[in-house]
Amino acid sequence: MSTAELVNHKPGRNYLLSAVAILASIVVFVIPFAFIVLTAVKDRQQSALLDFSWPHQLRIVQNFVEVVQARDYMLVIAYINSTILTVASVTGMVVLAAMAGFVLQRRRSRWNPFINFLVLSGLIIPPAVVPTIWVLQSLGLFRTMSGLILIEIAFGLSFCILLFRAFVATIPRELDEAAIIDGAGPLRLFFRVIFPLLRSVIVTVVVVQSVAVFNDFVNPLYFLPGDQNATVQLTLYNFQSQFSTQYNLLFMNILLITIPPLIMFLFFNRQIVAGLTSGAVKG
Amino acid sequence: MKSVTVTSIRPRSRADATPAARAAGGKIYTPYKYWFYLPAAVLYGVLFVVPTFASFYYSLTRWTLFDSKFIGLDNFRLFFSEPQLVKGFTNTLIYAFVTSGSKVVLGLLLAVLLTSRIVGRAYLRSVVFFPVLASTIGVAIMFTVLMNPERGLINGALGLIGIDGPGWLTDPKYALMSVALVDVWKGVGLATLIYIAGIVSIPREYMEAARVDGAGAWETFRRIVLPLSRPATVTVIILSLIGGLRSFELIWVMTRGGPGFTSDVIASVIYKQYQAGFYGLSTAGNVVLFLVVTAIVLPLSWFLNRKEVDM
Repeated sequence: MSTAELVNHKPGRNYLLSAVAILASIVVFVIPFAFIVLTAVKDRQQSALLDFSWPHQLRIVQNFVEVVQARDYMLVIAYINSTILTVASVTGMVVLAAMAGFVLQRRRSRWNPFINFLVLSGLIIPPAVVPTIWVLQSLGLFRTMSGLILIEIAFGLSFCILLFRAFVATIPRELDEAAIIDGAGPLRLFFRVIFPLLRSVIVTVVVVQSVAVFNDFVNPLYFLPGDQNATVQLTLYNFQSQFSTQYNLLFMNILLITIPPLIMFLFFNRQIVAGLTSGAVKG
Repeated sequence: MKSVTVTSIRPRSRADATPAARAAGGKIYTPYKYWFYLPAAVLYGVLFVVPTFASFYYSLTRWTLFDSKFIGLDNFRLFFSEPQLVKGFTNTLIYAFVTSGSKVVLGLLLAVLLTSRIVGRAYLRSVVFFPVLASTIGVAIMFTVLMNPERGLINGALGLIGIDGPGWLTDPKYALMSVALVDVWKGVGLATLIYIAGIVSIPREYMEAARVDGAGAWETFRRIVLPLSRPATVTVIILSLIGGLRSFELIWVMTRGGPGFTSDVIASVIYKQYQAGFYGLSTAGNVVLFLVVTAIVLPLSWFLNRKEVDM
């Protein structure tokens, strides 16, 4: 029996409670997702009824093709854009935050309280929208993918630095010292010795942040407006008004956009949990 | 995360680390260069710190991005005199406290349930947590459809048991709370996860000792689980308050702040004023949001972290 199991105190399994819990979970969580899947494969007339029923005819392929072809393959373009955005910004976050978190943990100086303050501010303070647009505009980066990538990196840094700082603390300093004695410079020490040891926390950061960036709606809405380079979340938002009478296509779109996070969830559940609960336990 | 045992003696600080080097002139070789901060600092400074400071100035101006005219506190006066903007302010507070409170209570209850010996625990944990990762826009559209007053599944189900469901998103009385409900539905998985991590880390001896002393399930929960999952509670409260105060996506997609402006929050006001071209006013909204978040979150986190329970 584990610690947690003692909480409930009962020696045997509580079958009644289990049945109630499973039933409730089906009503509250499974039915909404099943509703998405069912509506996505219905034909247009039946999907307009908005009811929870088995499709008269399964139109998986037709609906899929129609959604993909809508507005000159906009969804395909959006998928490409979102992939570029996610890969580039998460890579940037990992490298920059690992470097900063490494020095922040290793080198004690009078700047540390100030830097920690900045890191925490990044988690709490809501970004000022129009002034950010103003800065981007004067840099010539407004309405560009590179601008949005830099924005995502800047806003995601704080969370990543906290995770990296905590993990670097578990790597013994003696390792650094040995590397330096063997003649490694600062860059070599970091990229050849420390960075590979950060592997598990890097996986966590990559998984959590790529889901966050992929699902991000607000930043693309403000900093990358326009149909041409829309991300998947913006496409879905635009489709909402366009497909207001074609619920089957709208829900097929939702389904397609929910698949990447679902895959992440299935493969990296453990890392996601580790990343999201890092603040929960004292110490 | 694994902890590593350090076998050799670690220098406490730079001063006593290498007395020889200090004697040699105070210059100590360190492989931890400050320029490692540089790329992160430049990006963060230019795209986050500068706009934050600029927002304080531009909130006092009438602004077109190209030129600005200083008008003092007029934007803020407008913000707190226009009924629709004031509504956004009060709604933000209501929304944040309702969602945060519900997530704490439901998250704790679900966590206790999901750490107990019940059948299908792994399934239940996954199914409660998955909405956290799903697209917010997708969830918002799905619930807009489910909450349709005439044809929606929710009112359909309520109709079966003889309840005449309200117009969840079309009735000004319910719109904000309906969105808050969806927010809780989507976010409670994260709260549960954090609480599970907290509960699992409680040493089992405590539970055993309580049981030997004759404590029942309720007593164990009340005297052991509740106080010792305090760090988790603090995390859940702070995270969900920050999220709730800043929330925009669900509200924007589900109601656009409507009907009228009854479900507007500060974040949606910021977007509306930005779209309308009132950049100064929009920025003032941002400053108000900044002040609200810091005025609530900072004292609260200080207060909550003050009384730590020792394990």
